[in-house]
Amino acid sequence: MQIDKDLVAAAATPLVLAILAEGESYGYAILKRVRELSDGELEWTDGMLYPLLHRLHRLGYVTTEWRTPPEGRRRRYYAITRAGLAALEEHKKQWATVARALGDAWGGPDLMQYGLEGA
Amino acid sequence: MAGLEAEIARWRSRVGEVPAMNGRDLDELEGHLRDQIADLVELGLDEEEAFLVAVRRIGKVDDLSREYAQEHSDRLWHQLMGSEGSEANADRSGWLDAVLFGVGAAIAVQIARLAAGFPGEQPAWLGRNLSFLVLPFLAGFFLRRRRAPIAAWLTMTAIFGVSALLVNLYPYVANADTDMLVALHLPVAMWFVIAYPYTGGEIGSHRRRMDFARFTGEWIVYYALIALGGGVLIGLTTLLLDPAGVDPELIAEWVVPTGAAGAVVVAAWLVEHKQRVVENMAPVLTMVFTPLFALLIAVAIAVYLASFGVVFERELIGVFDALLVVVFGLVLYGVSARDPEAPPALTDRLQLATVVAALALDLVILAVMAARIGELGFTPNRTAAIGLNVVLLVGLAGAAWHLARFVVGRDEFHRLERWQTGYLPVFAIWAALVVVALPPIFGYA
Repeated sequence: MQIDKDLVAAAATPLVLAILAEGESYGYAILKRVRELSDGELEWTDGMLYPLLHRLHRLGYVTTEWRTPPEGRRRRYYAITRAGLAALEEHKKQWATVARALGDAWGGPDLMQYGLEGA
Repeated sequence: MAGLEAEIARWRSRVGEVPAMNGRDLDELEGHLRDQIADLVELGLDEEEAFLVAVRRIGKVDDLSREYAQEHSDRLWHQLMGSEGSEANADRSGWLDAVLFGVGAAIAVQIARLAAGFPGEQPAWLGRNLSFLVLPFLAGFFLRRRRAPIAAWLTMTAIFGVSALLVNLYPYVANADTDMLVALHLPVAMWFVIAYPYTGGEIGSHRRRMDFARFTGEWIVYYALIALGGGVLIGLTTLLLDPAGVDPELIAEWVVPTGAAGAVVVAAWLVEHKQRVVENMAPVLTMVFTPLFALLIAVAIAVYLASFGVVFERELIGVFDALLVVVFGLVLYGVSARDPEAPPALTDRLQLATVVAALALDLVILAVMAARIGELGFTPNRTAAIGLNVVLLVGLAGAAWHLARFVVGRDEFHRLERWQTGYLPVFAIWAALVVVALPPIFGYA
């Protein structure tokens, strides 16, 4: 299934914030986690992640730090801030509303079956 | 192995040409590339294949360029600020617009000059209306460059029209102080109006406001350069033509106002399109002048504290106000030219010292003025001066607070930026208030 580009773009921010809420991480690992979470359905060009991360940093949603882990290469780590967690909550609410509305409109049971019950 | 390293180096230099990307971004992307290659090699690809796949996944250089440009517009704002992007600017560099609007401003100024009989006569309305002779053309230039919709043109026309009516319908008494104050504050208020077309209507955006602050700084630099060149040119022309019997007055009357008006638009165009020329000079200028101004202020405080209240004449307070405005501008400009990601450095401490010195000076002036007002009551001039001082005091205090927190590592640099850009409208509102409210309050005296 090819997911629409605009939809991917809209999902990118909450997805990245949610992954960082699991713990600090760096670009490559975040992308791997995105693939894992979406079974490879949700894909965007790798390079696009970084401007997004930089935007989150500018907004104060994440902090960043260059670190060299033992036996690893020097990487830029990103960690979510309290403002980032609040933004994530806001995103969750919005997505839940969208999902509910779509579910009602399509007359199906609702989209909760697609794993949005936590939202 | 050597082949892979060479490939990566070549890729890095190619991506490194993206103007919005800095060294740290490149490190980050290269790290990503290496992680990806390592994983793919582990899956069984050979290094060359792994490299090709990894590069493809990172994305085309053009796409990267666009995405980074969007996020880091501060690094190449001059390219982006055309807002239609570089490809549209290639076929239409805008020099024709600059010339047309510049000539328009020059003609408007000359017509007004002839109507006023300047310099023989110097009616007050000429000085008062100078902004309306020049700045609408600058606004028009930007509206055209940004391909603004009709609504934006109408909005600007309405703003200029209503302000012009208001300012000229006030029944000032002869040689009124409020008339002078309007002539001084109106250009400031109207300059902020230019922010609307300059930012393409996005005056609410902090980043666009910062772009506008940067533009203002660059514009001043360019205008000063043009004025310098123009001065030399006129001096030489006068020297050449004077012996031939041409009246130097003629040159002064025709060339100087024309050039000064036209240069307003031309400098704006230069900022937009030849920005790179001064791009590296601007931070250097602020770096050189920031400590010098700190020193100047410290000396001023010491000298005037020693002779408290005695020599504070009205003109002097005006000079100090101008000095404080320059300091606020320097800090704002310095902030706008700085890489927000960089850790605190010596220049930030110097800036903090300057701001603190300016704050101290501001407090001294306020104390003097409060004493004077307590003694002699409010006049238009004192009200305008003390108001500006309070506006500056709050602005500088906020800047000092955020700068100090940043220097000790308690805050992000963006906070300072946001404070500065968020505070800009206060200046605009104050200038507008002086223009609109002060004359009626003081009976147009």
